[in-house]
Amino acid sequence: MDRHTPTAENPWLALRNLTPARIALGRTGISLPTGAQLDFQYAHAQARDAVHLAFDHQGLRQQLSDRGRESLLLHSAASDRHQYLQRPDLGRRLHEESAQRLREHAQANPGGIDLAIVVADGLSALAVHRHTLPFLSRFEEQAAADGWTSAPVVLVEQGRVAVADEVGQLLNARMTVMLIGERPGLSSPDSLGLYFTYAPKVGLTDAYRNCISNVRLEGLSYGMAAHRLLYLMREACKRKLSGVNLKDEAEVHSIENEGSGGKNGNFLLGDR
Amino acid sequence: MAVFVHTVGNQLYRFDSLKEVMAKASPARSGDYLAGVAASNDGERVAAQMALADIPLKHFLTEALIPYEDDEVTRLIVDTHDASAFAPVSHLTVGGLRDWLLSEHADEHSLRALAPGLTPEMAAAVSKLMRVQDLVLVAQKIRVVTAFRGTMGLRGRLSTRLQPNHPTDEPAGIAASILDGLLYGNGDAMIGINPATDSISSICALLEMLDAIIQRYDIPTQSCVLTHVTTSIEAINRGVPLDLVFQSIAGTEAANAGFGINLNVLQEGYEAGLSLKRGTVGQNLMYFETGQGSALSANAHHGVDQQTCETRAYAVARHFKPFLVNTVVGFIGPEYLYNGKQIIRAGLEDHFCGKLLGVPMGCDICYTNHAEADQDDMDTLLTLLGVAGINFIMGIPGSDDIMLNYQTTSFHDALYARQTLGLRPGPEFEDWLARTGIFTQADGRIRFGDNLPPAFRQALAQLA
Repeated sequence: MDRHTPTAENPWLALRNLTPARIALGRTGISLPTGAQLDFQYAHAQARDAVHLAFDHQGLRQQLSDRGRESLLLHSAASDRHQYLQRPDLGRRLHEESAQRLREHAQANPGGIDLAIVVADGLSALAVHRHTLPFLSRFEEQAAADGWTSAPVVLVEQGRVAVADEVGQLLNARMTVMLIGERPGLSSPDSLGLYFTYAPKVGLTDAYRNCISNVRLEGLSYGMAAHRLLYLMREACKRKLSGVNLKDEAEVHSIENEGSGGKNGNFLLGDR
Repeated sequence: MAVFVHTVGNQLYRFDSLKEVMAKASPARSGDYLAGVAASNDGERVAAQMALADIPLKHFLTEALIPYEDDEVTRLIVDTHDASAFAPVSHLTVGGLRDWLLSEHADEHSLRALAPGLTPEMAAAVSKLMRVQDLVLVAQKIRVVTAFRGTMGLRGRLSTRLQPNHPTDEPAGIAASILDGLLYGNGDAMIGINPATDSISSICALLEMLDAIIQRYDIPTQSCVLTHVTTSIEAINRGVPLDLVFQSIAGTEAANAGFGINLNVLQEGYEAGLSLKRGTVGQNLMYFETGQGSALSANAHHGVDQQTCETRAYAVARHFKPFLVNTVVGFIGPEYLYNGKQIIRAGLEDHFCGKLLGVPMGCDICYTNHAEADQDDMDTLLTLLGVAGINFIMGIPGSDDIMLNYQTTSFHDALYARQTLGLRPGPEFEDWLARTGIFTQADGRIRFGDNLPPAFRQALAQLA
């Protein structure tokens, strides 16, 4: 096929090694060449598909069950994706039937628990499908020594971060960890977010939570994410709090190690 | 509070306050439904628009939407209202103002004189009666010109903020995006970085880097690192070279408190910036970002619709003679602006209302992946805002912000708008582009140079 076109390539292609940004795309006239145009459209389509992908809770429950983990399936007050996107308040609350099921579970299993693990589709069910099991395996491996008691894994359809507060409160849990699909970026449709709260109850703001973001193959590894989360949980148990007042020294430490500090210099200033 | 009653045929509509008429007259958008202030159906919406059209502008001077005692933004609006500038339209209703704005009485000169006489609520009210073409036509009459190292907002010009964000603030990665943008003729409004880390030392390092690049290549533009105003003040105190002072602002005192600011803090930031005397062709140096929904998301909207809250933010902005104001229209998400239609209308409303109030408006023409919007919607809004005479838009590599995870206009998009609408960069930057041989523009048509500018060829050679 003849792909000879009047497209101008950019003589600064080498800069692509320095950033994941879409630089040096070339041009045809003043416009995007066809290849770059379609690459973008595909990335956007993947992100859109991730937002609208239905939560395969059956598949996930089967996987959990294969690992010997019980689970409960709940639903937020948002009836469908359309409503979920426009009414964040509904995604933060459990549907009344779901709340009742959780109350009954708590009554049958009195005494409370240390840790409630909540999994919600959020804005990317894809992230939850891909990363829940492998992350939980790493996490539970590392957490075994702590001996925390736990309830069945709680799955929430059409859930937002704060719905974990209600789950934790109804289960009388000392801590909650929410695994949720993050808003897809153009090159990251499957990013999982972890939100940790000590002493969860309905009405807490984000200031009471700690977030570990960007868990995916190209981002933060399962092992590192589990390490950070456990650090937060152990500190929280000592200090009886979470959120902005719980300084994440584990994170600070690793950012300093990964951080740039200008190691590549800056070719525009000739100081490499 | 006044009660407004409007009858259409045999249907009677009653609105219990100016705030309620305004909210129910707003063209439909998800944020107003979320707040519970929207009209309950289309009929009620148009009836509210009819009721609003009949309200005298003078009434806006007697009924505050958010009480004077409770809110410093209301106090700013009331205390700085210019009665003599208001005089030419003081006898009109809101509907009459729409007619006046569209008429030949309203031209660049008379609209500039009118700006201090209008309150944000008047501007928001009239916009609710206007169609897209009205918002474009009136905005196009207005010019708000500002200057620092370059001049913004002249007729026939369209500037861009080069936004070279990087997920870890890697200097070489930022520099790569900067060079890409400059070689595509972008960056005359500013080179403005959203930093990934907010520590004072990394902010200062980025500011030093931008200043060094601007000096080394003699680029007539200004630098900005978008950090909290108090961090910029701290950087200035440390003697770091800083051009533009950034802050996100909103239209209520409580929402601004959520950003950790008030009018006094902004004044301190403005004075700190002025003290450096770094502008060469002007001293406008504040750079503000706004967006519909910010007050509601902070639960600080007082039952006022989101477009009116947004317009009140422009009263905050104009008090500090800003270099540029940017409504980041589609960033906030579908719970405030659900789809392309809502984003497009909101972008045009913000641009119109800002310009009418004398604010140098730009727009981050953007969307997130959970909004019902795509590149076609952005092309539509870009084209409309280009026709409307917008001061500046964003320019980023391939529309993909890899740090903030959203899509905005690309370097290529800016060239599209310039070529199709015959718009040129700011004059100082246009000269620089010609001098360095990046491109020239004649009759709208962009003609790229045959070779890389020698200075940049040298820089690239270092990578080999």
